Amino acid sequence: MAMRYRKERLDRGIKVRCDDVFALSSYREVLYLAMPKVLPVAILLIFPLLKGVVGLYYEKALVITCAISLLALSWDLMASVGLISLGQALFFGAGAYLTGYLNYAFKLSPILTIPLGTIGGALFSTFLLLPVLRLRGVYFAIVTLTLPLLLGRFIDTTKILGGGEGISGLSPLPNLWFELYVAIFAMLVCLFGFRRLINQDYGLVLQGIRDNDRAVMSGAINIYRFKVEAVFIAGLAGSFAGAFMTHYYQFVGIPAFAMDYSIVPLTAAVLGGPGTFAGSVIGAFILVPLSEALRGFGTLRVVFYSAILIICVVGLPEGIFHYMRRKYHQFERRREIG
Amino acid sequence: MIRSVIVYGLVSSAVLALTAMGFSLTFGISGVANFAYGAFYILSGFLVWALLNYLKFPFVLAIVVTIGVVGGLGFVTYWSILLRVRGVVLSEVIATFALGVGILELFRWLGFVTYEFTLPSFIKGMVVIAGVPVDYQRLFIIGIALALVIFLYFFTHYTRIGLAFRGIAQNERTAISLGIKSDLTGALSLALGSAMASVAAIVILPLGIISINTGYEVLLIAVAVGIVGGLESVPGILVASLILGYAQVITGTYLKPEWMAVVYLAAIVLVLSIKPSGLFGKFKELEERV
Amino acid sequence: MEDGSILEVENVTKWFGGVAAIITVSFSLQRGELLGVIGPNGSGKTTLVNLLTGFVKPDSGKVIYQGKDIAGQQPYKVAALGIARTFQMAKPFYQLSAFKNLIIPLYSPRVKKLRGGKYGNRDDVAIDLLEDVGFERDSFVPYKVASSLPHGYLKRLELARCLALRPDLLILDELFSGMSMSEVAGTLPIIEKLNTEGLSIIMVEHRLKELFRIAHRVMVLNFGAKVVDGSPRQVMDSDAVKAAYLGDEDEG
Repeated sequence: MAMRYRKERLDRGIKVRCDDVFALSSYREVLYLAMPKVLPVAILLIFPLLKGVVGLYYEKALVITCAISLLALSWDLMASVGLISLGQALFFGAGAYLTGYLNYAFKLSPILTIPLGTIGGALFSTFLLLPVLRLRGVYFAIVTLTLPLLLGRFIDTTKILGGGEGISGLSPLPNLWFELYVAIFAMLVCLFGFRRLINQDYGLVLQGIRDNDRAVMSGAINIYRFKVEAVFIAGLAGSFAGAFMTHYYQFVGIPAFAMDYSIVPLTAAVLGGPGTFAGSVIGAFILVPLSEALRGFGTLRVVFYSAILIICVVGLPEGIFHYMRRKYHQFERRREIG
Repeated sequence: MIRSVIVYGLVSSAVLALTAMGFSLTFGISGVANFAYGAFYILSGFLVWALLNYLKFPFVLAIVVTIGVVGGLGFVTYWSILLRVRGVVLSEVIATFALGVGILELFRWLGFVTYEFTLPSFIKGMVVIAGVPVDYQRLFIIGIALALVIFLYFFTHYTRIGLAFRGIAQNERTAISLGIKSDLTGALSLALGSAMASVAAIVILPLGIISINTGYEVLLIAVAVGIVGGLESVPGILVASLILGYAQVITGTYLKPEWMAVVYLAAIVLVLSIKPSGLFGKFKELEERV
Repeated sequence: MEDGSILEVENVTKWFGGVAAIITVSFSLQRGELLGVIGPNGSGKTTLVNLLTGFVKPDSGKVIYQGKDIAGQQPYKVAALGIARTFQMAKPFYQLSAFKNLIIPLYSPRVKKLRGGKYGNRDDVAIDLLEDVGFERDSFVPYKVASSLPHGYLKRLELARCLALRPDLLILDELFSGMSMSEVAGTLPIIEKLNTEGLSIIMVEHRLKELFRIAHRVMVLNFGAKVVDGSPRQVMDSDAVKAAYLGDEDEG
């Protein structure tokens, strides 16, 4: 007769001891706890110095990865409130165009245009989304899907802001190091900032709105205000990505509202594990380099993203981050049953 | 000028209503926003084209097969993907959206991007109505749109499946307790919505070429009409189609056709700020459903 | 507490399509009173709760709470005035642990104001509240994820969520439904105690025996209209109630 097994998961002893902070007793345990955070951050910070080793191409790819990470983090923050965005390009485009215009029309330096574009872009997109926030369910997804596409056409037809040609010849950023470190720093700030925010009492309210908005309302909390604030904060991250990339490319055009900036961050966040923030970044760091490598396949890459999305949503809803965390903190063994 | 605006406004409205109806039907019944709608529309176009040109099917047979296949695809989509993530809005939205984008971009990669892809019109020729020349195909679109509305009315009010649809739409729990199969109904609603995308594609596409970007456009139109009229309301869809249809023709006549995007944007922003659930929407903000 | 009414409901009416869910219902609630609301299924009890708490706008009529008409106000504003309610279907914040569920009402401006602007440690307050509704303090239960709690605990979590608001009026929508006998027996004294401490309570309930034991006054709804309103004794003896309950329902 065939043996039957079941999988059993156990926390590693070190994890059990580390859960209470006072029990930290050796460097090994400190290392165990700090490693998952310190190691990736250290690698990221060293990466820009390795231009000679990895080459300019991958240095540049890192900047794009950071931008996509920011958009994915922004997506994840909204998803934590139960708002599903299908149009991260809205934030990206709003930030990008505002920054580009400020630089083109008023000759402001990037030091000013990027912060102004970030805040202005977030305000503009939040303002556009205000009415939808009163509704529940899929409305937010539907409207975010439409807005960036229509805004792109709007610019194309009205020929404002450079119309179809876009605005080129914008001020460059000082140098590659500056580009890399600003992008990495912004991403890390958002990653750790959002993770902290969501675990604070404020963040609990946001998660409560996702789980049961009525119960939050009957807790004397104005959920509308919280949704608006969450969208604004998420908008800041997304618009910063747009503002920054505008000066990085020294160009802004209708592609800023393109579907790519919506679907790639979405895929990254879903692949990495929604609600974890770290997952969004991991997802972006898998997808962007991969799609750089698959550049030759053209639009097949998008098909590939779609396939990942469907597979993840149906078969792997917890995402990579949870899987990695489980592997790190627990070991599995097979036990005979019955 | 004014006469042609009136006649062509009606044509545009019929096109919009026809385009939006399937999306709204599925949403109204099962609460699933089928973001693969535009992809199913384009898929239908290419399928008819392929059946006609490769397999040399007769036109009518090609149409019937296509509507059947695409409707079946909607059913399979529900059964194989949506059923597993039912109730999780996040997953439903992402899954249908990804499916749609995947299908469209696959076509693009396969090279379906040239101008050779057109569908034949049903009847060639035109008539002059009130001094305005209109071809038969456009009249046909108005006819089909009307026929579909009437069909839907009778279907949902007088047939068993139709009544089940309405039951599920109004109160899923009660409907289940009365022996209506919620999953089957959901799958059928997606099948019917997809089949309607297919019908819309077959009658509308002969007016132009089949292009990938039309797929995104169609989704955009369906959604825009839904937002303006109210997503699950049939009268809402009709009124919104009339408003947007005439707005489209008026801007096309007196401004430039490209300004349509501006009109859509303005209509959406306006409706959202006045009545976010749409003109005829009963979308609930609060009420507790017990 | 001192006399005077805390809530005056005047001729409230609500239609859903062609069906009247509530027809010209009027009643008042004295400070410190415990009013029971009973009626067969579909008699409009939950709609009444929704009308009082802003989740449904009445078509006509007034809901005067502490001298102010609150009919049709946003739910969060109603709650901020001190009306807390439970939901018939206990839907907690599933992904949060039990005590974290209470952080949300504790975070509200109302509680902030009542606590004199001092934040303090909300976690401690939350654990205390859970103990008040019968969660075992020194167990793992308060720290468990809400989705893993049994139904009886979820119902009491609902109660705790209301108490976190420090309400002046508590509305319980079928709190006991789905609770076991022992859970009901454990919860009943909690409600009684809250009431004797001066909290005004409206209790919509199907468990008549328990309700009649603690209610000061009972109101009966049938087909959206008020049938009887009187002391538990009067209501029990009333023919209209027997007709409403025995006529088309055998519940209770």
